[in-house]
Amino acid sequence: MADGKQVERPLSPHITIYRPQLTSMLSIVHRITGVGLALGAVLIVWWFLAAATSPAYFAYVDGLLTSVIGLLILVGSLWAFWYHFFNGIRHLRWDAGKGLGIGESARSGWRVVAFSLVFTAASIWLVTGGSLGA
Amino acid sequence: MSFRTDMAKARGLGSAKDGTHHWVSQRLTAIALIPLTLAFLYPFATSLGSGYEAVRETYQNPIHALVAILTFLVMFRHLRLGIQIVVEDYVHGPRLRAGLLITNALIWRGFAVIGIFAVAKIAFGA
Repeated sequence: MADGKQVERPLSPHITIYRPQLTSMLSIVHRITGVGLALGAVLIVWWFLAAATSPAYFAYVDGLLTSVIGLLILVGSLWAFWYHFFNGIRHLRWDAGKGLGIGESARSGWRVVAFSLVFTAASIWLVTGGSLGA
Repeated sequence: MSFRTDMAKARGLGSAKDGTHHWVSQRLTAIALIPLTLAFLYPFATSLGSGYEAVRETYQNPIHALVAILTFLVMFRHLRLGIQIVVEDYVHGPRLRAGLLITNALIWRGFAVIGIFAVAKIAFGA
C-alpha cells in the first residue's frame, strides 16, 4: 500500500443487479412522494396567496386547482400525502428500533400501501360528502 | 503543480458536524407534522372551490389560521431537510450540486414566509 499502487479490492454487489423488492421500492416511493409533495406545498401556498390578494385572482387560482387537471394533481398529492404519512410513521418506528425484521418490515410495507389507498378514498369521500367530482 | 501536501488539502474538509442535528430535526418535524397535517387537511380541502368569501371566513378562525401557519412553518423545514438529502444522494456534478443545495436552502424558507404572510393577512382581515 505504501508503494502508491491501487489495490484491486472486490466491490460489493452494486444496487443495479438487485432484483427489485417491496422494501426497496417503497423506500424510493417515499422519496418520490416527498419531492412531489414539495411541489404540492407550493400550489397550496399559491392558493393562499391568491385568497390574500383579491377576489379575481383567487377565482383564477382556485379555478385552476379545481379544474380536471388541477383535481388530478390534488388527488395524486392526496395519495402521496397519505403514503408519505404512513410510511413516515413506519420509518419513525424503525428509528425507535421496532419492526426491523425482514418479515415484519414487508408486512408493515403492505399495510402502508393499503392504508394509503383506503385513506385517499375515504378522505375524498369525506370532503365531497359522497358526491364525487361535484 | 501544487506543493501543498495531501494532509493540507484534506484538513477542514471533513464532516460539517451537522449530521446529528439534521437527523433529529427531520424526525422532530415529522412527529409534529402528524397532528398538524391532519388538522390542516380537512378545512383546506373543504375550502377548495368554496369561494373567496367562504375561504376567508374559514381562515379568519384563529384555530384554522394557526394550524395553517404552524403547518407551513414545520412542513417547509421538513421538506427542505428531505430534499437536501435527495440532492446530496443523487446530484454529483459539483456546480449543479452546490447550486441546487443553495437554492434548496433558500427557496423553502421563502415559500414558508409567503404562506405564513398570506394566512396572517387573511386572518387579520386585511
